[in-house]
Amino acid sequence: MIGLRAPRMSCRELVTLVTEYLEGSLAARDRRRFERHIRGCDGCTAYLEQMRDTIRLAGSLRESDVSPQARRELLAAFRDWKQS
Amino acid sequence: MDRYEGSLVRIAMMYVGDRVVAEEVAQETWLAVLKGIDRFEGRSSLKTWLFRILTNRAKTRAERERRQLPLSALLGDEEPEVALDRFLPPDHPERPLGWAAPPRAWPEERLLSHETTEALRRAIAELPPAQQAVIGLRDVEGFAPEEVADALGITPGNERVLLHRARSHVRAALEEYLEP
Repeated sequence: MIGLRAPRMSCRELVTLVTEYLEGSLAARDRRRFERHIRGCDGCTAYLEQMRDTIRLAGSLRESDVSPQARRELLAAFRDWKQS
Repeated sequence: MDRYEGSLVRIAMMYVGDRVVAEEVAQETWLAVLKGIDRFEGRSSLKTWLFRILTNRAKTRAERERRQLPLSALLGDEEPEVALDRFLPPDHPERPLGWAAPPRAWPEERLLSHETTEALRRAIAELPPAQQAVIGLRDVEGFAPEEVADALGITPGNERVLLHRARSHVRAALEEYLEP
């Protein structure tokens, strides 16, 4: 069955598939190739970790993303609407 | 309710291409929501409903201003995720297209610094509007992938393409910042 074994994934290919992997949309065969590659590759392990760090850091913007100006205008609009 | 304000403006930008108009659209959306909340039937989540109202209003406004971008402009140009010279050539005898300059783990204490957060914010701000909208909803607001596609009226496949480009760009900008 050696001839049917999926081709090895290169580092370059892994980089193009990392979002599909993290979003859970990678086909089962490619997911196995991805995981087999990453077990033996420090560079790609670091790349995947950097991608996870990026996502985590983006999530930390959630609470601090509203400008005070936008908030004031919105609350003013809300008050006007209630009075009308 | 104001936790969505930034995202609403970002998404409206994607349709109208103008910050002031986008802020107006976001505000009109809130008013429409406040007036219509009793008609909300709970068939979709409240936030998906909110973003549908926004995208409908933004589309109408964009048509009125004749500034709507063609659909082909939505995805933008493809850029490599990582500079191609960081990989070995395809005919390398041992590791074709393997890392020539591999990434390294980022130190946790620098990652959590205020300056790094500002670098991330700048990297998101320089993305094209559609990528900004997708990463804003998916990673900043924490929407599920199908909620992002639904709220923006795009296919799940296009949502992933935009997300991939956005995340790849932001990761590269952080790497540049953390280890120049």
